[in-house]
Amino acid sequence: MLKGVLNGFKTGWVGMSLTFKHLFASNKQRIVSSIKSDNYFKQHADGTNTIQYPKQQLPVPEVGRYQLDVEIDDCIVCDLCAKVCPVDCIDIEAIKATEAIGQTSDGTTKRLYAAKFDIDMAKCMYCGLCTVVCPTECIVMTNQYDKSVPEINLLTYQFSDMPAELAEEKRKLFDAAQAEKAAAKLAALKKKEEGE
Amino acid sequence: MQPKANYHLNFYITYIIIAVGLFAFSALFALFGVYAERKVSAFIQDRLGPTEVGKFGTLQTFADILKMLQKELIVPAAADKLLFSLAPVIIFVSVYLGFAALPWAPGIAPTNLNIGLFYVFAIISIETLGILMAGWGSNNKYSLLGAMRSVSQIISYEIPAGFAIISVVMIAQTLDLQAIATQQGILTSETIKFFGFYDVTHIGGLLSWNIFRAPHLIVAFVIYFIASLAEANRAPFDIPEAESELVAGFHTEYTGLRFAFVFLAEYSMMFLVSMIGVILFLGAWNTPLPNIGSVYLANWTTNVAWGIFWVALKSLLLVGVQMWIRWTLPRFRIDQLMNLCWKVLTPLAFVCMLISGVWRLLLM
Repeated sequence: MLKGVLNGFKTGWVGMSLTFKHLFASNKQRIVSSIKSDNYFKQHADGTNTIQYPKQQLPVPEVGRYQLDVEIDDCIVCDLCAKVCPVDCIDIEAIKATEAIGQTSDGTTKRLYAAKFDIDMAKCMYCGLCTVVCPTECIVMTNQYDKSVPEINLLTYQFSDMPAELAEEKRKLFDAAQAEKAAAKLAALKKKEEGE
Repeated sequence: MQPKANYHLNFYITYIIIAVGLFAFSALFALFGVYAERKVSAFIQDRLGPTEVGKFGTLQTFADILKMLQKELIVPAAADKLLFSLAPVIIFVSVYLGFAALPWAPGIAPTNLNIGLFYVFAIISIETLGILMAGWGSNNKYSLLGAMRSVSQIISYEIPAGFAIISVVMIAQTLDLQAIATQQGILTSETIKFFGFYDVTHIGGLLSWNIFRAPHLIVAFVIYFIASLAEANRAPFDIPEAESELVAGFHTEYTGLRFAFVFLAEYSMMFLVSMIGVILFLGAWNTPLPNIGSVYLANWTTNVAWGIFWVALKSLLLVGVQMWIRWTLPRFRIDQLMNLCWKVLTPLAFVCMLISGVWRLLLM
């Protein structure tokens, strides 16, 4: 009983003196450095631990798996990223062009317009599969991780730079071309039947 | 008739000024206390605490209270509206009224009650009622659990606290807080003996404080201090609020100004119990500096201004210790809490009271 009481006082005192030491320890601000630096753990021992975000930020690797970015000029709208995405956060609407519409920076011919290229970053799980399958390497992960937004729909990043009217025009153009093709086919079929 | 009317007017004006002054003091102390608590906890945990609002974050609590004043007063649909809205007022007023009888300096006390100590302890007990009303009126399981815990804890710990206090009262032979305060310094008309053998009536200072008048009063002080932590619902006895289990305990459903009042009461209570501890055990407004030979340190540092300074300083130090304990020790479980109270503190307090009686009869 007495031993327990004494032990209680002793352990209480150990704890109290520990916190007392910290109370009057150095409270200088933390110097933010990369984990690669030699005194990374040493400087945690003295001074405070708080990172004054956003005034201070922990350095992150340039190739870190943070938010996605799409270079839409390099995109051939193959839809592979949307297909591989495990959480279906990529939404692409493609319009077939009537002819080749240009080349990406690595020389691939573009034959599709991206009418819509939306990535819902609220759904994204940062697996990076989309960046792996992309044939033109136009979808990449950046070192941006702060994505605080005042409204949830602002987390849906829209990468397509195509105006709606232009998309509509191209759609009509494609439909017209399709109709023309169908008419030509029909005419050819008729000709063939007549020829028999 | 004219002079009499004037006399009455002065009488009431004085009372109102004192009441407003005490309220202003408890409000300012709460603002300071919250800031200090946040800074102390931050430094103990190697953080920085508030830094953004004002220099070193000093205006943080003013910003907090401004925010709180603007908030909506929400009354839950299923709550007992009368109990719910009355509870914060009762909780705060009971603590606030406790200040009425506490002496600040020689001859300075809001009211001179010859049963001051009894009054203070009676009025603080009303807080329990307010807490129970808050818990019951909220119609919320967490609130009710918190209130039940709080009430069982406060009622239990009033017993060791009460006996620790009685052991002082038996030595001092008075319930008048101003008289108890006067006895612990050079202004006393009695003979004061350090640990019962060394006459320190004209030396004063630290040596004439109640904790040094009899050795068992040191134990009584420790018992009182532990019990006062429980009565103020402070960690390690904060199971009524236990954030990790009960959201916020009895004040879970409170918002805005009502929550501010509960908070204010909590911090006022911290200062109140510390000040009672200081008055009863640590020399009240008396200086800790003794007269040494021809250097009359005690005489020089005993007057009204010094009195207010000493009592405030000692109380703030005790509040600081309360904070230090809160950020060090983990929360007690309810069975450990009751164990400590009934099996350790209460018997010890009884023994202290017994020794006090014997001490008074044989040594004084």
